[in-house]
Amino acid sequence: MTRAKGIGWSRRTLAVVGGAAFVSVAATVWLGLWVTPPDRVQGNLVRLVYLHPPVAWVALYLAFGLAAVSSLLYLWKRTRSLFWDRLAASAVEVGVVFTALTLITGTLWGRPTWGVWWTWDARLTSTALLLVLFLGYLALRRVPAEAEVRAKRCAVAALVAFVDVPIVHFSVVWWQTLHQGATVLNANLTPTIHGSMAWTLLLGFVAMTLLFVWMVALRYRIEVLADQAGDAVLEVTLAERWSEDDALVSAGDSPTHLSTGNPT
Amino acid sequence: MWRDACLVAAKDLRIELRSRVALWQVLPVAVLSLVLYAFALGPGRAALAAAAPGLFWLAVLFSTVLAVQRSFAIESGDGTRDGLRLSGIDPAGVFLGKVVAVALELAVLQVVVWAGMTVLFGVHVRTPWLAIVASVLATIGLAAAGVIYGALSAGLRVRETLLPLLVLPVLAPVLLAASRAWAGALAHGTVSSGAGWLRILGPFAVAYVVIGIVLYGPLLETG
Repeated sequence: MTRAKGIGWSRRTLAVVGGAAFVSVAATVWLGLWVTPPDRVQGNLVRLVYLHPPVAWVALYLAFGLAAVSSLLYLWKRTRSLFWDRLAASAVEVGVVFTALTLITGTLWGRPTWGVWWTWDARLTSTALLLVLFLGYLALRRVPAEAEVRAKRCAVAALVAFVDVPIVHFSVVWWQTLHQGATVLNANLTPTIHGSMAWTLLLGFVAMTLLFVWMVALRYRIEVLADQAGDAVLEVTLAERWSEDDALVSAGDSPTHLSTGNPT
Repeated sequence: MWRDACLVAAKDLRIELRSRVALWQVLPVAVLSLVLYAFALGPGRAALAAAAPGLFWLAVLFSTVLAVQRSFAIESGDGTRDGLRLSGIDPAGVFLGKVVAVALELAVLQVVVWAGMTVLFGVHVRTPWLAIVASVLATIGLAAAGVIYGALSAGLRVRETLLPLLVLPVLAPVLLAASRAWAGALAHGTVSSGAGWLRILGPFAVAYVVIGIVLYGPLLETG
């Protein structure tokens, strides 16, 4: 419980991680846009490979994996702490952004490569469903409730949604194979990887992971501060009400004050 | 647990039998949707027959949302939820009972919608066992996942709008698998390809029944 009271990492750690994320993202952009050569088959389109897979990796594995584990640890009575609830919420929120980015970069790639913005490919379809699933989680989170109630509710929602992910995945894969749909994905995505391309891709993964860690830590901090601010507002309001009552009492027993409701 | 489940299911079904909300509100909407689908797709029999399995399960899917909302609306008044909690009934029993009640309502609904579809769209089941097995598995899955989310959103002021957002993406694989299985049963596809979809419907039903049994206790406490 002591961890739940803190606001996460110190400002300094946050700044270091944030700086590392910024530098690695900048380096990826530089290497991806200027240093690496264009691909023989895809030309400049191949540069999306430095962005799209790393973003997808963060969205589909890191973010939702972290959210599921944290939700499970919250529901587990021995490890129950608001720390896990806030961590899950932060991971989902950042994960939703990364999932949306995965879809956007995917369609940007799909249009010139396949000629369509969208294809009912298994990965695209399941990623889109995943996005809606976790938008539901965020909607549920916005419903006002006591912290413990909301935490329990959201943890259940996250786990129930998480179980759906493999089922969604298998069902759309079979749907595709039975319908002889677009098997174009990965057909021309295996360029002979040039040395600098491989390194840039690797750097892209590191950059996106750092960015994710930084954003989650920052989001966690906001979550704690928002709760503290809520408590502070409550205390101030309570204090005001008490002082009103005191003023009423000290105003003596003149009924006019009471009826106008304006003790000062 | 099973005795409790029977009690809760009997209670829910008795309320439905007496109030007839499901019968006179949910069921007509499902049948009406068939007419609306025909308006949207045009009166050509071929197009309607080809789309029939998907349309059937769409009608069932949306009715599931209504049935689940109804199932928790009858508990919102008179402190019924607290009453259930205080009565010493096993939460898993409450869950199973509500699933059984919703599943039976959906089963009746499917029979009626199917009859309507046979008349309006002119389609026939060629492989009854496949249609029935797919229906039973899909219905259990729909009811179980629906009741979990119903409990999750019960008592919230935004429940009417929140429930579809939460539950429809989760139920998407059921819509997909059940439609494909029925396409096989209606001989739009092959029977073997239709039967393959039972491998999605079965695990989905099992997964959500198990999750509901485990998590319904904590869920009831959040109401």
